[in-house]
Amino acid sequence: MAGPPIAPGAVIDGFTIGEQVHAGGMATLWTATCPGIDVPLLIKVPRISEGEDPAAIVSFEMEQMILPRLSGPHVPQCFGSGDFARQAYVAMERIPGKTLYHRLDDLPLPYEEARVLGVRIAAALADLHRQNVIHHDLKPSSVMFRDTDKAVLIDFGLSHHNHLPDLLQEEFRLPYGTAPYMAPERLLGVRDDPRSDIFSLGVLLYFFTTGERPFGETETLRGMRRRLWRDPHPPRKLRADYPPWLQEIVLHCLEIEPAWRYPTAAQLAFDLGNPDQVKLTGRAERLKRDPLTTVWRRRFNRGVAIPRAKSDVAAQLAASPIVMVALDFTDDSQSLTDAMRVIAEQVLATLPSARLACVNVLKLGRVTIDRTLDEEGKNKHIERMIALQHWAQPLKLDEGRLTVHVLEAIDPASAILEFAVVNQVDRIVIGARQNSFMRSLLGSVSSKVAGEAPCTVTVVRPPRVAAGK
Amino acid sequence: MRLAIFADIHANREAFTACLDAARAQGAERMICLGDVVGYGADPEWAVDTVMSLVEAGALIVRGNHDNAISTSAESMNPVAQAAIEWTRGRLGEAQRRFLAELPFTRSEGDHLYVHSEASDPPRWRYVHDAFSAGRSMQAADAQITFCGHIHQPALYSMSATEKITSFVPVTGVPVQLLRGRRWLAVLGSVGQPRDGNPAAAFAMYETEKREITYLRVAYDIATAARKIRDNGLPPFLADRLSVGR
Repeated sequence: MAGPPIAPGAVIDGFTIGEQVHAGGMATLWTATCPGIDVPLLIKVPRISEGEDPAAIVSFEMEQMILPRLSGPHVPQCFGSGDFARQAYVAMERIPGKTLYHRLDDLPLPYEEARVLGVRIAAALADLHRQNVIHHDLKPSSVMFRDTDKAVLIDFGLSHHNHLPDLLQEEFRLPYGTAPYMAPERLLGVRDDPRSDIFSLGVLLYFFTTGERPFGETETLRGMRRRLWRDPHPPRKLRADYPPWLQEIVLHCLEIEPAWRYPTAAQLAFDLGNPDQVKLTGRAERLKRDPLTTVWRRRFNRGVAIPRAKSDVAAQLAASPIVMVALDFTDDSQSLTDAMRVIAEQVLATLPSARLACVNVLKLGRVTIDRTLDEEGKNKHIERMIALQHWAQPLKLDEGRLTVHVLEAIDPASAILEFAVVNQVDRIVIGARQNSFMRSLLGSVSSKVAGEAPCTVTVVRPPRVAAGK
Repeated sequence: MRLAIFADIHANREAFTACLDAARAQGAERMICLGDVVGYGADPEWAVDTVMSLVEAGALIVRGNHDNAISTSAESMNPVAQAAIEWTRGRLGEAQRRFLAELPFTRSEGDHLYVHSEASDPPRWRYVHDAFSAGRSMQAADAQITFCGHIHQPALYSMSATEKITSFVPVTGVPVQLLRGRRWLAVLGSVGQPRDGNPAAAFAMYETEKREITYLRVAYDIATAARKIRDNGLPPFLADRLSVGR
């Protein structure tokens, strides 16, 4: 079971141990080098000895299973691991810099800074969830940032992988994690709902913008259980200048029932990325917590809460896509935009959690200095917004599911592609340019979008006119 | 080494052929058969001959309750299974019957145990159908990894050092590392008569160095397998259930 003790200079599986950089309750962290690997390395060694908390072992096992499966910029890359037969360790990329925990002295942060952090963390969560993993311990000390500003999530010892055995499912009678950030359903033993991470990010945003933790710092189970029925004080009660859109987003994340939260982290990132498009509801204006009658109803009716089936992370994400419709009013014919609406309707009808972003590109000239006002003094930007709203109106979407965006760009295809990347769009619906002279002159926007988009693209043509002529 | 593990072939030639082809395409170096070569299906002679030649080439096999019932009338079975056994018995030759009668209940190799049913008392043919029965099996086995079949529904259980049991329904095609720090019980789905709602034939690949098990499903010619069951006068229910995997 026990190998030689880890110490500077020791070599395990080709990794040469450097200095110790952290000693936590569950593990110690060491720098390391390895021939052939030119990124800085970190070796994580679990603390294990007889009679110690079995959590250290199980959470190490989970990290050992999950980390090698993860990829992309939002997680540290894994370079190898060893098990308890010799020396348990995980070797991973060392992310430079500090965790968000080091910002705690600066709280509350300016709203704009917190919003930008929120966009980045939500994008990282969305990427993690797409890889079928729920983090389950999102908090300031598990978030770092790359030089590119992309958020990196660390510490997967409490995570759940929807395609792997969950070794934590039976191990502990009490839910394991960090009390102030834990979603209420975790207290009921639910470990397979990605919206638990959305709740934790809501706690983080609340804390970073108010300086107060929404559910305090209680560590007792009794104290933690209160969040199953008691909602937090609305941030506006703590800070009178709290922006309504931000309160809307934060309280949407902190809904007690997972079904009332954002369905996906990508949709949360979308709202944080487009604050002027956030649909304000009663949440935005709230100054007080729910009345006691509501709280009591929640508290004493828990037994009759909706029974939940085991959730499939991938299916949940697939049911809640962000659909983008790219409309070109100058070139697309009425029959084409009608056909695009039919396609959008079909997608939205089957997916009640999907949301629709209607996008129009206001083309800028390469040479001329464009003015927002046209010759007649009308605001082109606002005109296009109205046109988008008008196009979407027959869909009769709940406003929370619909946003409209006018982008200004020289190259419409690039603008559409950039919007899709930044907002994690899952599907683009775009019309094929009809005028063949224009197409040969300018190239096809739809074919460039279809060729380069990171997601599914549906290219729409108007219905065929009567055949046989 | 890459092991291909098959359970509950049940004389389904079309399904077993498809699984063997898939296993070879995956680079299988050794075949393991967890019993119930016969019973239910219409090709018992072919199934036994195929398994016998695999064993000659180094495959490992253990006895299932249907294999056992060929030579033992004492085995209690439901009427449909019993009808299939009686039909099968008449089809098999002396050498084939002897092969089945001499199969061992369990085989151990390294830290693996191979057994048809729950391992605490193999001749009782108990099912592993929940964490409790899985725990009983893992506590009884000395091996770190037990492979079994019998229930026709794939599952993967583990037991920690503190004897906590985890249960899991494997996801097709996703390798799972069987970590060294705990005991594992890999329950295989059925090659020839899946009952987990997915009619595709089930088997698994296990890579010994990486300690990774991958549960796999293979499409096969269900219509032909079902037609042969009906043509041979076996209970039609045995044909019908193949297309629904129940």
